[in-house]
Amino acid sequence: MYDVIIIGAGVSGAAAARELTRYKLSVCVLEKEEDVCCGTTKANSAIVHAGYDAAHGSLMAKLNVEGNQMMEALSKELDFPFTRNGSLVVCTDETQMEGLKNLYENGVKNGVEGLRIIDRDELKQMEPNIADEAVAALYAPTGGIVCPFGLNIALAENAAANGAEFFFDTKVEQIRPVENGYELSTNKGTYTGRCVVNAAGVCADLIHNMVSEKKMKIIPRKGEYFLLDKSAGSHVSHTIFALPGKYGKGVLVSPTVHGNLLVGPTATDIENKEGVNTTRAGLDEVSEKSRITVKDLPLRQVITSFAGLRAHEEGHEFIIEEVKDAPGFIDCAGIESPGLSSGPAIGVMVASIVKEKLNAQENPAFNGTRKGILNPETLSLEERNELIRKNPAYGNIICRCEMISEGEILDAIRRPLGARSLDGVKRRTRAGMGRCQAGFCSPRTMEILARELNSPMFDITKSGGGSQIVVGTNKDRI
Amino acid sequence: MKAYDIVIIGGGPAGLAAAASAKRNGTDSILILERDRELGGILNQCIHNGFGLHTFKEELTGPEYAGRFIDQVKELGIEYRLNTMVMDISHEKVVTAMNREEGMFRIQAKAVILAMGCRERSRGALNIPGYRPAGIFSAGTAQRLVNMEGYMPGRKVVILGSGDIGLIMARRMTLEGAEVKVVAELMPYSGGLKRNIVQCLDDFGIPLKLSHTVVEIRGKERVEGITLAQVDERGKPIPGTEEDYECDTLLLSVGLIPENELSRGMGVEMNPVTSGPSVNESLETSLEGVFACGNVLHVHDLVDFVSEEAAAAGRNAANYVQGKRQKDSKKTVHLKPENGVRYTVPVTICPERMDETQIVRFRVGNVYKNCYIGVYLNDERILHKKRQVMAPGEMEEVKLEREKLLAVKDLETITIRIEEE
Repeated sequence: MYDVIIIGAGVSGAAAARELTRYKLSVCVLEKEEDVCCGTTKANSAIVHAGYDAAHGSLMAKLNVEGNQMMEALSKELDFPFTRNGSLVVCTDETQMEGLKNLYENGVKNGVEGLRIIDRDELKQMEPNIADEAVAALYAPTGGIVCPFGLNIALAENAAANGAEFFFDTKVEQIRPVENGYELSTNKGTYTGRCVVNAAGVCADLIHNMVSEKKMKIIPRKGEYFLLDKSAGSHVSHTIFALPGKYGKGVLVSPTVHGNLLVGPTATDIENKEGVNTTRAGLDEVSEKSRITVKDLPLRQVITSFAGLRAHEEGHEFIIEEVKDAPGFIDCAGIESPGLSSGPAIGVMVASIVKEKLNAQENPAFNGTRKGILNPETLSLEERNELIRKNPAYGNIICRCEMISEGEILDAIRRPLGARSLDGVKRRTRAGMGRCQAGFCSPRTMEILARELNSPMFDITKSGGGSQIVVGTNKDRI
Repeated sequence: MKAYDIVIIGGGPAGLAAAASAKRNGTDSILILERDRELGGILNQCIHNGFGLHTFKEELTGPEYAGRFIDQVKELGIEYRLNTMVMDISHEKVVTAMNREEGMFRIQAKAVILAMGCRERSRGALNIPGYRPAGIFSAGTAQRLVNMEGYMPGRKVVILGSGDIGLIMARRMTLEGAEVKVVAELMPYSGGLKRNIVQCLDDFGIPLKLSHTVVEIRGKERVEGITLAQVDERGKPIPGTEEDYECDTLLLSVGLIPENELSRGMGVEMNPVTSGPSVNESLETSLEGVFACGNVLHVHDLVDFVSEEAAAAGRNAANYVQGKRQKDSKKTVHLKPENGVRYTVPVTICPERMDETQIVRFRVGNVYKNCYIGVYLNDERILHKKRQVMAPGEMEEVKLEREKLLAVKDLETITIRIEEE
C-alpha cells in the first residue's frame, strides 16, 4: 500500500509528487498517457501570469501570485527555461479605461508587485508593433514565460529521483474505499493507497465522482493556438493581452522561452474530453483577434497550430481540498488558467494537506535539485569540442531546424522517466519542433528510439498508444 | 583556422556540379560540406528514373545521376566532409561547422557557394484543422522511409498537393502495395510536371481533384480519415462539397521552400518571391564572393538545370577567387518580371561582365495558353516567343545575348512579360 497515489502526471500531479517526496512517504503517480505532460499542461499559453486577473480573495489569486514568486528559484533548482519578460494588458478603447484601472486595483490587492498603467507613448516605446489603436496598458513586470514541458518534466524527474514511482499507460477505472485508504482498479492492475490525490485535469470530475456523492462537472474548454517561426519571435518582447472589451476576450501574443511567437487561445466549451482537434472557425478566430493588439503580425510564418483543453469547473475556482464524504481523497481539480503559473504553489498546498492527514515526517534525503538536458548552445567553442570529444553523439546534428544533436536525444531517452516516443523526444529536446515540423528528423529520431528501446521500428510511436508511424515493409501485402 | 578558396555548403546535385566546375576552372582549394552520411543529397531517395535527359541524353535514376557527379568530384580529387553540419557563416565568410570527429571548427573561405537545397512545407504552414495524429507525412519524408529504409508509412493514402514529389509518391506507394485513393490540389492546375501526372496518376487510375483541399483530419492516435472539399476561386472551401475518405495516411506535397537560414544569418539579401537570395548574372548574392545555385536559389523542376546553374556558379566563384572577374560592375541592369512573370533569376545583369549568352529563368503565376513571352530592352521588344502552354509547375527560360545588351545605349531595365499577342 502506497501512502499516496496521485492520479495524473501533469504539472499539478508532478508538483504534488515532488513536494510529497520532501516527506517520508511512499508516493506513486498513475498516468493514463504514455508520458508526463500529455494533457492540459502540454497545450496552453506557456505563461506565468503575474496574478492581477484572478478575483481578489480567491484561491486562484493566492496560488497564482505564490506560484509566480516561486517560479524563478524553481527554474534554477530544476533547470528549466523561464523568463520574466513582463506582460501588458492593452486597452484599445478610451471608454474601457475603467476596466484597466479595475484590473490594476485587483492586482494590487492580490499582492502583485510593480504594476502600473502606462500611456500610449511608453507602450509604443516598449512594443513598437503594438496596434495603432492602443491607448494604454497595464504593465506587469513580474509576468513571465515558461516552457510548460520543461517545468512539468523537471518536477516529475525530480520527484522520481526522490523516490516517487510513475506508472504510465495506466488508466484508473474504479476507486473503492478500503480499510485505511482506497483501492484503485486500473487497466494495469490494482493499486492501494492511504491517500489519493485527484490531479486528473479534464477528467478530474470522473475520478471525483467515483468516490463522492457530491458530483462535480469539469467542462473541457478548448483553446486553439498558432505557433510562429523563430523569425517572427521578436515581433513583441512582452506578453501582450487584450483588455476584454467590445471585441470580447481577445487573444494573447507572446514570445516563447525558445524564441517562437505564440498566438491564442480561443475559448470554446466542448463535451469531448479528448477533443484536442483544431477547427477552421477556431483558427480563423485566432488570426482575426490577434490583430486587435498587435499590428503586422506575420501569420504566414505559422509553423503549427494546436488546441488544448482547460479543465473548467463551473465555479471558476481551483478546488484543492479533502473531499467531504471521502476522507483521505484530495481533489486537485478545476486547474485551469492560471494553473501552470500556480503549479509550484499547488504542489505545496496539496502536500501540506496530505502531510497533515498522514502526520508525515520530513525526508532528510530529499534533494530538490535536478540537472536538465544539456543545451550545447550555452557552451563555448572549447567546451563544446571537449563535450564532442568525450561523447561524439553531441557532434551529430539530428534536428536541423533546432540544431539538436544525437547526444541530447540520447540523454532525453536514457534519463529517468525518459522519452519513449517522437513527441516525448520533442517535448524534452525540441527535436522536431522547428520550422520543418519533424519532416527531416523523424526517421532519424525513430532509428535512435528503436535502437535505445530495443524495439522494432514498427513499435515506435508518435505519442504512445496506437500512434505507430510505420505500418509495415515495402510490398509486404503484395 | 583552416582556409580554403571555395567552401561549398551542401553536397547535393548543386554542390557537386559547382565543385567540379570550380575545379575545372582552375581553383584547387575547394571543400564541400555535407550534412548527410553520403554525397548526392535528395537524389539518393529519388529512385525513379527520368533524370539526366538534358545533361546525359539518357534516362537515369536519381542515385545514378548523383553518382556521375560524385565520380567527377572524386576523380578531380575535391575534398569533402560528410556528416558535417554547417552551423553558421559569418559576413566575413568564416564557416562554422560541426561533426562527430572534429567537433566544432571554423574555416575561412575566400568564396562561398550556397547549395543547401530546399525543404518541404509542413502541415502547420497550411493550417489544416483537425487532430494531430501519426500518419501525416510530407511526401519527401515518406519517400525516404520507403525508398531508403524500406518501411511503409501506411496502407490507404490520400495525397494533398500535386507537386512532383507527391505525384512520384502516388506511384511509389501504389507499387509497394498501398492504395492511393486520390490526389487533391488546391489550385485549378497541377503544381507538377505534365509527364508526372500521366506516368504517376493516369497510368495507375489515381484520380486528381483540382480545386480541392483537405478540410478535416480525423483520428486521435493514427489518421482514420480526412475530408476533402472543393474550393472557390479564392481557395476557400465551398460548404456542401465535403467528401469523406477513409485512410490511414495523408501525404503532403504542398510546396518546397529554399533552405536559407544560413544565408539570412550571414546577411544575404533575399528575394521574397523565391525565398532565395537575389543574385546577379554571376549567381553572386548581395555579398561579394558569395554565390548561390540550385534549389536554395529557386526551386527547380529538373535536376539537369540545377547542374547547369551550379556549374555556372562554380565557374564564377573560381574566376572570383583567381581575380579574373571584373570586380565592380560599371553598370547594372535590372530585370523586371511583369504581367504574369513572377520572378527572374538573376535579378540584375552587368552586360560588360556577362557571358556571350545568359539564361534567365522564371516562373509564371498562372496557366497561359497560346501566349507569348515578351522580352524588352528598355522599351524595345527583342524577343516574342510563342508558347502553347505555360504553367506555374514548369520553369521557363529565355536567353539573352551580350552583344544585344551592349548595343542598347543607356540600358536600364530588361522587362520579361507574358503577352496575349
